[in-house]
Amino acid sequence: MRHSIRIAVGPVQFRIGSDWAEPIAALGRLYAGYPQDDARPAEATVRLFAARPWRRWLRASVHIGGDFVVPDALPLPLSMGLLAAEMGMNLQVALGWRRHMLLHASAVAKDGRAVVLSGESGSGKSTLAALLGEGDWRLMGDEFTLIDPEGGDAFAFPRAVSLKNEAIAEVVARVDPARLGPLLAGTPKGDIRHLIPRPGAIAAMHEPARPALLLFPRFGGETAIEPMGEGEAFVRLTEASTNYVALGEAGFAALTRLVRETPAFGISYPDSATGIALVEQLWAGTAP
Amino acid sequence: MTDRAYRAAPPGTLRIEPLGELTAIFDRRSMQTHLVVSPMPEILDAIGSDACSAATLASRLAATFDLGDGDVQPILAERLSELAAMGLVERA
Repeated sequence: MRHSIRIAVGPVQFRIGSDWAEPIAALGRLYAGYPQDDARPAEATVRLFAARPWRRWLRASVHIGGDFVVPDALPLPLSMGLLAAEMGMNLQVALGWRRHMLLHASAVAKDGRAVVLSGESGSGKSTLAALLGEGDWRLMGDEFTLIDPEGGDAFAFPRAVSLKNEAIAEVVARVDPARLGPLLAGTPKGDIRHLIPRPGAIAAMHEPARPALLLFPRFGGETAIEPMGEGEAFVRLTEASTNYVALGEAGFAALTRLVRETPAFGISYPDSATGIALVEQLWAGTAP
Repeated sequence: MTDRAYRAAPPGTLRIEPLGELTAIFDRRSMQTHLVVSPMPEILDAIGSDACSAATLASRLAATFDLGDGDVQPILAERLSELAAMGLVERA
């Protein structure tokens, strides 16, 4: 790899290598404010490489490689190198991480207690977390939340927030342009623009928070709050966890404890302002 | 239909955690998680390490639960075969 960068996001140290300078430079700008420890060994490696050496010159495309490879990952145009790097980082964590139970969920925290928002792509979990993180919440992550199987605490994974489509305009209007990456238009996931979390969220990324509220957001439709039983929350979180099976009994124990100790709700909301209001309302009901 | 006999999985192999309306069962041998609803947890609780037929199970459960007037034995036989298919009980 001709170009490389090391990035620490929460407990994971990445090493990202590329045949091209461009994606590495873009990552360098997004992650400039993150702690640097070049002596620390990398736990996950992502490689963006040319399929054939000559393709670097003829028709540049980026393949995602690393310790784990998804066979159907599409070659992306070079301009999408940043997205490829992000997907590669997600893949490394989703498939390779064993130290924590990994939930495909966003999270925000206040006073050492966390709201974990789990949902499919399009549920609005990332946008809600990003917007809450611009208020008086600490953004823990827009994509993954890590649960310590021993103690049950949530750990942050505050990578650069991946804003998609309509969420871009909503967030761009509120933040300093210096915290935004370039607009990646027309990717396989639609338009994407990265948001650098606030400095406080990055500085606190190693601080655990106790899960206090589990939410399953659904963007669109009438405003609704539905209390969710432990069993349903358990089933949904097994589906939301990328390494539940790999963790074996430790994952089973962590998840049963999480759903027993944490009140869970499904929420539906027609717009972000309503979604935020629902989170605040339910949060007020979880006072320790 | 013959009333087949089953016995519980060896001690320590299943971790059973009630979660409200569902019960999650972790099988330490297969590392699989099973989610079951009533009457499966009650059957697992009532079946012992000795051979137990649906008829025996019915009488054990009747001591704790109101099983009604119907013939529960075929239903229990069916549930037992399902539990056996999941590996949560064994043919005796």
